[in-house]
Amino acid sequence: MKKKTLVIGVIGADVHAVGNKILYHAFRGAGFDVVNLGVMVSQEEYISAAIETGADAIVVSSLYGHGEIDCRGLREKCDEAGLKGVLLYVGGNIVVGKQPFEEVEKRFKDMGFDKVFGPGTAPEVTIEELKKDLFSLKEA
Amino acid sequence: MKAVLLIDFGSTYTKITAVDLDTCDLLGTAASYTTVESDINHGLAHALEILERKIGHVDFAETYACSSAAGGLKMISIGLVPELTVQAAKEASLGAGAKIMKTYSYQITKSDIREINELEPDIILLSGGTDGGNSETILHNAKKLREVTWDAPIIIAGNRSCVDECEEILQEKQVFVCENVMPELGKLNILPTQELIREIFLKKIVQGKGLTEAKDLVSDIIMPTPSAMLTAMELLADGCEGESGIGNLIGVDLGGATTDIYSIADGSPTGANTIFKGIQEPYAKRTVEGDIGMRYSIGGILEAGGVQEIAKRAGLSVEKVNQMVKHLNDHKDLIPEDMEYESLDYGLAAMAVETAVHRHAGTIEQVYTPMGEAYLQTGKDLRSVENVIVTGGALIHAREVTKIASYALYRKEHPEALLPEKANIWVDDKYILASMGLLSKVYPKAALDIMKREITNYGN
Repeated sequence: MKKKTLVIGVIGADVHAVGNKILYHAFRGAGFDVVNLGVMVSQEEYISAAIETGADAIVVSSLYGHGEIDCRGLREKCDEAGLKGVLLYVGGNIVVGKQPFEEVEKRFKDMGFDKVFGPGTAPEVTIEELKKDLFSLKEA
Repeated sequence: MKAVLLIDFGSTYTKITAVDLDTCDLLGTAASYTTVESDINHGLAHALEILERKIGHVDFAETYACSSAAGGLKMISIGLVPELTVQAAKEASLGAGAKIMKTYSYQITKSDIREINELEPDIILLSGGTDGGNSETILHNAKKLREVTWDAPIIIAGNRSCVDECEEILQEKQVFVCENVMPELGKLNILPTQELIREIFLKKIVQGKGLTEAKDLVSDIIMPTPSAMLTAMELLADGCEGESGIGNLIGVDLGGATTDIYSIADGSPTGANTIFKGIQEPYAKRTVEGDIGMRYSIGGILEAGGVQEIAKRAGLSVEKVNQMVKHLNDHKDLIPEDMEYESLDYGLAAMAVETAVHRHAGTIEQVYTPMGEAYLQTGKDLRSVENVIVTGGALIHAREVTKIASYALYRKEHPEALLPEKANIWVDDKYILASMGLLSKVYPKAALDIMKREITNYGN
């Protein structure tokens, strides 16, 4: 079976590099082709990388609390760029302060993200979801 | 004495250089007007006569040539995303010494095909997609390229998952398959493509440009002149076995129509909190500014720098500059003989060098993040480069050439530019760089020796 390709990176003006490295190794270990854009990634960079590599999913990380502003419009830009239906995940410390996760999740899903992960999510959880979504997408 | 003759067939001049391999001496140089339309050998024969008058009769053991005649090596590059595979394909073509007539991104259209037919390129480079990545676009573009009626070789250097299919689609064309210019996202792999471009140039294109008639006289290696230039600069910077080079360098070749900038340097970020953006940069990089040149492209220089600034540098009034530029537009072969035209050429050259080098070099931007300050770098960091080497008819004969060359250095008006604050200025006043690039393919040590001796170092 062809490996699935993920584009990952930390969005916006966020320079948290450690979690990004951990995710890179965890996703690769789980059998994905991983294109790691590193830190301070703009929406356009995710999109260009996903087009060129024919990516199956874009996994956005954000640790510094400004994720909500950084992520706005990403789904719409993907649609515009011809990446219609590309799987969009976001995770980390994605909003300011402590807010109920259900509300946060809803806000990001309304923005067009398929899955939203809160602080402290283990990589295994995301990997499990990716496998479910990517392989069921294929069947469908 | 073992004499070698090196020939540079240009579009207006045939330049020849004679060297003695036994002593590593430059015997002499000569130039003559080229007439590709009639017979390229006339220009060469005439240049040889001039040389013979200068240095006496010499029997040459070997002869090598490079050429930028008949418009040089004209290429079209096609990729997917402009800042990714299109850029990689562009780097590959430029590094092989080509003139890029046009680049296309995403899916090409019928009108693009019409345009390609009109442009009559020598080679079409088709890339797109990383290995295992997007295949839809390159397949679409391969199918579209079938409609091109102009007969040019097509190089496929894209996503390897579908090169076979692309080759099949284009089987009625002259097709060459090569490694992907960008096998992984952001990673450049342009050397195999450059090698192939040179081979095709040698086998297919040289014949079509009236250069085969010169073939009897020339032993081997016909390469595009810019490629010979880049080879010479790499050798001069890095040295060869048994002899060290002069270190990292920036090369400026200021011509009448275009300005070529070369850099031989790693250029990676040096600071710990510097984040690099964009695709990997080639160690030996060439850029061409098609709108910056001392005669055919004065308009571009004026547009880039503004007539006021050029007038200021030349020490002339704006009205005078405008009037003289108008005159130059009607007399493109003018070589300045009076002070005023010399001053104007100084002002134009200073602005041309500044503009072209700043477009070539990378930039750095300071950004404030919630975690403190960070730096974003795009392009090559050339701050630690120690040498600037200048060549080109417009520069080597100019007044105050070292002052013009200093415009290639860091200037406080452009705080973002990653250029060195000071560097040794070298002037190729005998115009031997391209010849030495040719010679280096066979005799690198001799070529390096001659360059180190004959290119003048003006210090910093």
